[in-house]
Amino acid sequence: MEIDPFIFRLSIFILSIFVGYYVVWSVTPSLHTPLMSVTNAISSVIIVGAIIAALSGSSIEIFNLSNIFGFLAIILAAVNIFGGFLVTQRMLQMYKKKKK
Amino acid sequence: MSANLSAIFYLLSGILFILALRGLSSPETSRKGNYFGIAGMIIAILVTFLSIGNFEVGFVYVIIFLLAGGAIGAFIAFRIPMTAMPELVAGFHSLVGLAAVFVAISAFLKPEAFNLGNIGAIKLASLIEMSLGAAIGAITFSGSIIAFLKLRGIMSGSPITFRGQHFLNLFIGIAIIYLIYYLCVTQSSNIFWSIIVISFVVGVLLIIPIGGADMPVVISMLNSYSGWAAAGIGFTLENSALIITGALVGSSGAILSYIMCKGMNRSFFNVILGGWGATDQTSSSTSKEQKPVKSGNADDAAFLMKNASSVIIVPGYGMAVAQAQHALREMVDLLKKNGVKVSYAIHPVAGRMPGHMNVLLAEANVPYDEVFELEEINNDFANCDVAYVIGANDVTNPVAKSDPQSPIYGMPVLDVEKCKSVLFVKRSLSPGYAGIDNDLFYRDNTLMLFADAKKMTEDIIKGL
Repeated sequence: MEIDPFIFRLSIFILSIFVGYYVVWSVTPSLHTPLMSVTNAISSVIIVGAIIAALSGSSIEIFNLSNIFGFLAIILAAVNIFGGFLVTQRMLQMYKKKKK
Repeated sequence: MSANLSAIFYLLSGILFILALRGLSSPETSRKGNYFGIAGMIIAILVTFLSIGNFEVGFVYVIIFLLAGGAIGAFIAFRIPMTAMPELVAGFHSLVGLAAVFVAISAFLKPEAFNLGNIGAIKLASLIEMSLGAAIGAITFSGSIIAFLKLRGIMSGSPITFRGQHFLNLFIGIAIIYLIYYLCVTQSSNIFWSIIVISFVVGVLLIIPIGGADMPVVISMLNSYSGWAAAGIGFTLENSALIITGALVGSSGAILSYIMCKGMNRSFFNVILGGWGATDQTSSSTSKEQKPVKSGNADDAAFLMKNASSVIIVPGYGMAVAQAQHALREMVDLLKKNGVKVSYAIHPVAGRMPGHMNVLLAEANVPYDEVFELEEINNDFANCDVAYVIGANDVTNPVAKSDPQSPIYGMPVLDVEKCKSVLFVKRSLSPGYAGIDNDLFYRDNTLMLFADAKKMTEDIIKGL
């Protein structure tokens, strides 16, 4: 019997939860705010789905309802991607060691 | 680009996201980590373009929308003051949630574009995944909006509770599960829309009973939800980058919520069910008696600190409100010139989000190796001459260690009272968020400095 591809995706999902668990526990508490802003930025990889939605069908279809939702999702995700990574970068630049 | 090749690239971007989080284990590696994250995102977007391979009119629009959103995001990222980070993060979470809802709607309206079957005959597994993704996304969206309004002060931070609230939430939760089941049976679009609308309502109901100082938990929880929503959509789209990221973000938010709850010695459910101190506040104000308090002025404080050999600063949310972090750094610089050893003690739940105080101090150019967590520094208070408590309250209350009757009993607190003298900057004697009196105010070694945190710190600078 063949294994359903869903099971493979579920395996990836569950293993990633474990990876996330161990990686996040190793994050130093002083960087918890950048952690939140960077996780926010990377979860916007949902833009992949938005792009597929926006570009589905032929070019006359781009103003279909489903495509429009795709475009809206692109804007929202793009705000997050740029905003999230840039604000994280801005914060991380501020963490400095004592001048010796 | 073949489906197999793009799947491998998506896996690669997933790995880069893991490295981005791994980088945050220390400030030195964190900046490189952020670049890994950016690289992962660029790979994911490029691979998507190449695998679609459609560079017609639509592609131009996608680029335009992408850059428009990016410009807004970049503008916000550069303009936002560091004190506003909690509401910024809440706002960003709401966008992830809404994007997840929109993608799920697109997939429902045009399933063939995602290889999920046809309208009215969407694959069962995909239907469950997309409706779960949409429901969690909608809860994340409306919940984050409420959190944003509360943090921004547009909505009152006090908990809004009413009778039967928890039963209502439970009932709606069951209703959503039932509707998802019904959706799978009928494939009806009306039910799909109802699930989304009801989930928006749940998000609001879930966050309104939670009070202002519990916001660290709320933000972490919504962070976690936004991850699960992304993972749900990732299953729908059969995209490993999205599944990996969703799982990472989901567990990250869950861990942060756990750390925050532990910092308050409260269970997660206790926080979610809301309304801490909402009832206690009235009872404590009636039983208030006049106890002697020693109060002083900036010159007393300056004198004490100048002659100390070591000072520990305990910042809290009040410092963020008063924007006193820069003045504080100036004061510390002067003390250091006088040969005083200064360090900072940060309670896990100080501020309105995890790590809030650390970012503010970093902004004011405080080196991160002078800033310590509770466990690292708590033993040092006994050997310290002066503790300067600025904008913190409940996290210093010794009652948490001594009085089993107290609502905050068992909460880890900073042992500030063990210092030779304690300088407590506060506007009045009013109780903190927990609604209880702070025993520290009435100790012999405590000197109350009644003023705005920033003003007092500036006056002390003059006194030095």
